[in-house]
Amino acid sequence: MRVKTPSINTAKAPSGIPALLKTAGFNALIALVLFSLMVGVRTEAGSDGQLTYWTRFGEVASLVAAVFGGSIVIELLKQWIGPTGAEKLVPPAVQSGMSFLGRYLAPALLIFTLLVPVIFYDQRYILDLAILVLTYVMLGWGLNVVVGLAGLLDLGYVAFYAVGAYSYALLATNFGWSFWICLPLAGILAAFWGVLLGFPVLRLRGDYLAIVTLAFGEIIRLVIINWQELTGGPNGVSSIPRPSFFGIPLDNSDNGLAARLGIEYSPTHRIVFLFYLILALALLTNWVTIRLRRLPIGRAWEALREDEVACRALGINTTTTKLTAFATGAMFGGFAGAFFATRQGFISPESFTFQESALVLAIVVLGGMGSQLGVALAALAMIGGFELFRSLESYRMLVFGMAMVLIMIWRPRGLIGHRAPTVYLTKAHAISSDLVKEGHG
Amino acid sequence: MDYFAQQLINGLVLGSIYGLIAIGYTMVYGIVGMINFAHGDVFMIGGFIALITFLLLVSTGLTAVPVILLIVILVSMAITALYGWTIERIAYRPLRHSFRLAPMLSAIGMSFVLTNYSQVAQGARVKPVPPVITGGYTLHESADGFVIQLSNIQIVVVITTIVLLAIFTWLVSRTRLGRDMRACEQDQTMAALLGVNVDRTISMTFVIGAALAAVAGLMYLLYYGLVDFFMGFVAGIKAFTAAVLGGIGSLPGAMLGGLAIGLIETFWSAYFSVEYKDVAAFSILIVVLIFMPTGLLGRPEVEKV
Amino acid sequence: MSPDQILEVDRLTMRFGGIVAVQDLSFAAERKKITALIGPNGAGKTTVFNCITGFYRPSGGAIRLTHDGKVIALERLNDFRIAKQAKVARTFQNIRLFPGMTALENLMVAQHNALMRASGFTFLGLIGAPGYRDAEKCAIDLATDWLKRVNLLDRADDAAGNFAYGDQRRLEIARAMCTEPALLCLDEPAAGLNARESAALSELLLSIRDELGTSILLIEHDMSVVMEISDHIVVMDHGVKIAEGSPREVRDDPKVIAAYLGTDEEEAVAVMESGS
Repeated sequence: MRVKTPSINTAKAPSGIPALLKTAGFNALIALVLFSLMVGVRTEAGSDGQLTYWTRFGEVASLVAAVFGGSIVIELLKQWIGPTGAEKLVPPAVQSGMSFLGRYLAPALLIFTLLVPVIFYDQRYILDLAILVLTYVMLGWGLNVVVGLAGLLDLGYVAFYAVGAYSYALLATNFGWSFWICLPLAGILAAFWGVLLGFPVLRLRGDYLAIVTLAFGEIIRLVIINWQELTGGPNGVSSIPRPSFFGIPLDNSDNGLAARLGIEYSPTHRIVFLFYLILALALLTNWVTIRLRRLPIGRAWEALREDEVACRALGINTTTTKLTAFATGAMFGGFAGAFFATRQGFISPESFTFQESALVLAIVVLGGMGSQLGVALAALAMIGGFELFRSLESYRMLVFGMAMVLIMIWRPRGLIGHRAPTVYLTKAHAISSDLVKEGHG
Repeated sequence: MDYFAQQLINGLVLGSIYGLIAIGYTMVYGIVGMINFAHGDVFMIGGFIALITFLLLVSTGLTAVPVILLIVILVSMAITALYGWTIERIAYRPLRHSFRLAPMLSAIGMSFVLTNYSQVAQGARVKPVPPVITGGYTLHESADGFVIQLSNIQIVVVITTIVLLAIFTWLVSRTRLGRDMRACEQDQTMAALLGVNVDRTISMTFVIGAALAAVAGLMYLLYYGLVDFFMGFVAGIKAFTAAVLGGIGSLPGAMLGGLAIGLIETFWSAYFSVEYKDVAAFSILIVVLIFMPTGLLGRPEVEKV
Repeated sequence: MSPDQILEVDRLTMRFGGIVAVQDLSFAAERKKITALIGPNGAGKTTVFNCITGFYRPSGGAIRLTHDGKVIALERLNDFRIAKQAKVARTFQNIRLFPGMTALENLMVAQHNALMRASGFTFLGLIGAPGYRDAEKCAIDLATDWLKRVNLLDRADDAAGNFAYGDQRRLEIARAMCTEPALLCLDEPAAGLNARESAALSELLLSIRDELGTSILLIEHDMSVVMEISDHIVVMDHGVKIAEGSPREVRDDPKVIAAYLGTDEEEAVAVMESGS
């Protein structure tokens, strides 16, 4: 196991080799104590329920050596690059460069995304991955309304994803309703739950809001697990109908799309259709969000994030403003959930854990709160990166967690932290992330 | 009535464990103003270290239970405290004056790291331990044969909690460190100007919080007889709920909230349904916060305009 | 209540726990006039402001606002409704702009309620209805007009958080004015301004009164500003009103002088004189 431990003595920059060795030695000593029991002694329950153990001193030794070596490398790098503070302050030139890049990056990315099914038609794995990434892009954009724009910390966003998924799954399996009827219903139901959650939490601020949204997410999940008659409990809902091409099924039956068009049936058709479906949904989310930002409601969301008291003094009803933010974000989550259900054909409570909420929140924060392009890039990086480490299996979440820590240390304000004004007289200047507040709720 | 009394005992014991973890959350929140999401996992690590120390001691042939327990408690507190210290150093200190969400995300990342670290290091399977402290007292036996039991382990849990709380209260209210902690809580810049070593004080907060979590981990191990890599998440959320319920930042509030959550959970399981016990705990949290937006003992937030 | 009065504070009392911050305070502010509320630190001025603007609910007494022939009981309205329905706008002692938004955006947010109606509560705006586009253009015009008045037009597209202190103060007043209030409440608008900025502020407030006919209620420590522009002054100390009258009357009132600087009358006179 490779543990990359950032140097523990970040404050002091050692000047010479003895100091360097001292720091590394200190870090190695800490590592030795930390790993001694947790790694050095492996416990396991035997077949008779009796606990046994065996020692793994070799592993501990190599870990400690890795920390020692890693500390030296990091200290040297630090002396080489200069103080760590410098890289956190992104110079204005770089920022304006990024916004320039952003102007062309977004259309380029969009064109590339549109062409993905053409380029990778034969590569099912890439198409599936692209669908997954787009799902998270959509979730990120949805949560961005709540967290990035309105500045309300929501740790239970997955609840709305679940509400959307189960709405579609249950309506489709019980009543045989089509995807296209259920999709708006899933969004409406999720928005309804968003308002329901919004009401009690309106008065709460900051971390109280965070824990209540988290609790709400857990309540939804636990109810899904336990309300077995309705939801199937831990077994989930299976054989959820696949979406049709506006009424025409995408299968190899006689009235399927392939047969009607007179082309040979291929299962890839459905994948491609799903790809464009989620792309359309994500783009809808994006379009609506961009529009909303330029409308009074969107400005009120951002104003709420900047200063709630001032909002009230200007006659803005903060209650409805917060509720609409919750409802809008939840609605997009509901759409994404319905898509998830139809794509998987099977859903269970396992897909809606806190880890999902944390992942989506990480995408929003890493993207740079409020930045649509940033969120898309972050989703690509996180989900793509996560897939890259698939071969690591159980180490994957470990690496993922470390990446989260390191990324936050590297860029606390995310990839694109600056804010674009929603209206301008002469020229829109990007606003530095140092000025943009992140809300108190 | 007897059934009620029995559940009351069970609830108080469970609540003591939650309370010990909740103190860690509330202390860190009070000083650094962040939710230490990894704290539940620190509790889990504490449980594992206690288990391993216990195994090693037993295999040396030591049989005196009090001696074993004393060594286990000291070793697990020390090593877990070091985990707390290291986590703060790596994941939180670089983000101390950063934006509010960055340390939170960093903490969530750290929580993933710890959960999966212990899964990788110790395997995914549940680790059972045989009962270490056995026996107990029958407090009351009713006519229909229902007995109220007070087991020795329950006594140990409650007494340990009370002793730790006493030490801890003394630490915060009477010592130099406690004074520094309270000063940092009020105003870090001013505290630093007055010669308080803020970095060290914050480190110590994490160390103490982790040590208490380690004791909670040991108690959990003894009481339930098992540990697994995922237990930190649920216990952590419950304890955090307890801290918020009591009023985050308030130490007596954390203990009170812990007891409340323990009791709610136990009574709900006993009288309604086991499946919905967590739903009940979370729902009551939401209801309490609607009427008392800063928890039971939290200071009301005065809005300065 | 005479028709010339826009605001009447009647036996207002505010208690915090056992502390009485304001006791039985009564005064009136006249329409299209500038009324100043002065007093030493801790006299309870900001508390009165917070009661008037709905941030506190008074423990007792009444606050009546007469506007467009309607009498509105402010003590029963709370929160955003005071600004929305009673048309009372305020600024804050410690400036509360939206720092991450541009000056123009700040002024657009101030026109939220009007724009919300124009955008058909978002739905018409979302589909790009022409009615909303016209309304937005009008809102931008109003904002531009105010940026001109406070001399910040060239900085319209800069983030408010980047503004110098004095500019922030003026922008906050412009933002309050963009809600098109009947009564403008200013909490120490001259605090932290230099002499030149103070003079510009006086001019701005006078133009708001004279050109737009907006009534102003202000708390201020800068006596030069207070004495120059106020039509009527109410003096508070320890939560009660100790004097009231024209600038001249108040300046010569021995009770005011005593309250301001305790027994050290000479210095008090100096403070008061600085305004003349």
